[in-house]
Amino acid sequence: MGSHRMLAFAFVLPALLMGGASALAQGPTYRIGRTPTPEEIKALDISIGPTGEELPPGKGNAKEGATLYRTKGCAGCHGAQGIGGAAPDLKSKDPKNPDLWARGRILPLRAPHATTVWDYINRGMPLNREGTLTPDEVYSLTAFLLFINDVIPEDQALDQRSLPKVKMPIGDKYAPLPDWKPRTKRLPGYPF
Amino acid sequence: MSSKPLNRRALLKSGAAVAGGLTLGAAAPALGGQQAQESHHAPPSWPMIKGNTDKNMVAYGDRSKYVTSVRIAHPVGGRPSPDQFGLTFHIATPLQDSVGVITPSSLHYVATTRGAFMPDIDPKEHRLLIHGLVDRPLTFTMEDLKRLPSVTRLHFIECAGNRSSRAAKNVQQTHGMVSCAEWTGVLLSTLLKECGLKGSAKWFVAEGAEEVKGASSMPIAKAMDDCILAYGMNGEAVRPQNGFPLRLMVPGFEGIFHTKYLRRIKIVDQYYMNYNDFGHLDQDAKVAALDYQIGPKSVITFPSGEQRLPGKGFYEISGLAWSGAARSNWWRCLPTAGRNGTRPSSRARRSAWPLPVSAIRGIGTETRQRFCRAAPTNWVRRNRRAPRSPSIGTKPTIKHSGSQGWTTVFSRGASRATGA
Repeated sequence: MGSHRMLAFAFVLPALLMGGASALAQGPTYRIGRTPTPEEIKALDISIGPTGEELPPGKGNAKEGATLYRTKGCAGCHGAQGIGGAAPDLKSKDPKNPDLWARGRILPLRAPHATTVWDYINRGMPLNREGTLTPDEVYSLTAFLLFINDVIPEDQALDQRSLPKVKMPIGDKYAPLPDWKPRTKRLPGYPF
Repeated sequence: MSSKPLNRRALLKSGAAVAGGLTLGAAAPALGGQQAQESHHAPPSWPMIKGNTDKNMVAYGDRSKYVTSVRIAHPVGGRPSPDQFGLTFHIATPLQDSVGVITPSSLHYVATTRGAFMPDIDPKEHRLLIHGLVDRPLTFTMEDLKRLPSVTRLHFIECAGNRSSRAAKNVQQTHGMVSCAEWTGVLLSTLLKECGLKGSAKWFVAEGAEEVKGASSMPIAKAMDDCILAYGMNGEAVRPQNGFPLRLMVPGFEGIFHTKYLRRIKIVDQYYMNYNDFGHLDQDAKVAALDYQIGPKSVITFPSGEQRLPGKGFYEISGLAWSGAARSNWWRCLPTAGRNGTRPSSRARRSAWPLPVSAIRGIGTETRQRFCRAAPTNWVRRNRRAPRSPSIGTKPTIKHSGSQGWTTVFSRGASRATGA
């Protein structure tokens, strides 16, 4: 079996690397499944990557976000100031600590990309009413959370162009994930 | 030969059958009563449950009322479970009662992305979309998926939070967030070949249909290696708590990657830093390394924490070992593999959990050697860090040190014998 897999890789990988040629090299075998329309894909594709290319049009700022934070019920679970609720904290309890990692696992503070904050509010909030926020509302709430963590000024508007450009305090100061490859016996640095 | 019907008649006459039998209901004497006098079977004479009459027993069998092993809400960190919302975040499997390698579906551990709700999915309406950097984006129904070539493999899943704490008292609390099941489904590579990966495809994002639409980034090399889109679990449909109707299996990776209620796979060219991925961020490369490939790990399940041995004598010591990159020689050290003379396929060997159960006398060197031959050296190091040493025999109550080493539940002498 192992050698079969190796063989598969020997043939498939070069095909993958050839890019455009892969269509020729990998025609469909079973012809099962339906081709979705671009609209169907767009409706389902809520993944917002670091480049923000999937972000919808819209804009918002921290002031609007502060209002939404109350009216949409965020404060009920996350605390009026983003601290001390039943749900995860959204603001550091120790915001002046020079060690960013010591400020806590705060999404709008520790996330390497502001797009992650937007993505999660959009896909997962508010509890039991997920998917009901408009793009403007998500931009506003993202701006509010970044503002209370001193990442952006209160009056900065966020939209699909400016959001991916927000410089998050963590930068690239986090451990890279191990480079996983098939048949890796042990990940480098595995502690146990 | 003629004794069989006679016995059966005697049995029925004795009223040992459950009361309310359709034909005998009125004629049969009350339960109990004279049964001891009329039956010439050696005691004990158990009450007979009239089988296969109860609609529920016909439809879906139940276990004995004497088997009471259950899952528990898993305490994680300081977070109460159930929490303030009444939600149980994690559920731990009763490893101390496990027999063999398969975890029954109803006892499989459960972890959720937010401790919230399960989608109640009608499989007829469920769709899987594969899109992104592919030549042909495709949507599959569950029927479509079941038409495709399938695989059936044993794989464990383990939650990253499956670590002991000082408060943990038994193996269910220390290690109950790992389970092993037989999974059936389509290889993800089969579908990706149908779609045709573009050359820029480096990562994929898998997304579930639960309320937070939990999503994780994984390397495309893993997708092409052994990921399974599983619709079957232990011979039946995947249970709702485990991702009905479709879940992603990412053998050997941390549990959260095994996306439940799978509805979408997006092929991308970079790490997408989803919320779940954010959860893996760490400043320490060693901790970051934990996420992608689990183990090797092992734990003794009997005797283990809070169990009592009735006295001195022979006891089989049993436990489980698992690795996200199980090596082929692990299986060779298994008593079962040896006895059957069968060698599982390399697919099955990888990241299935080998079970080093062996009947041994006292603390057998046989098991130790067989096991240690398979065990990586770092295991021994781990064992050395487990100084607490309850003993069997003199004090039959077993404490659990929380370490995953074998030696931790043994006596001091035994600990030395296993190199700790």
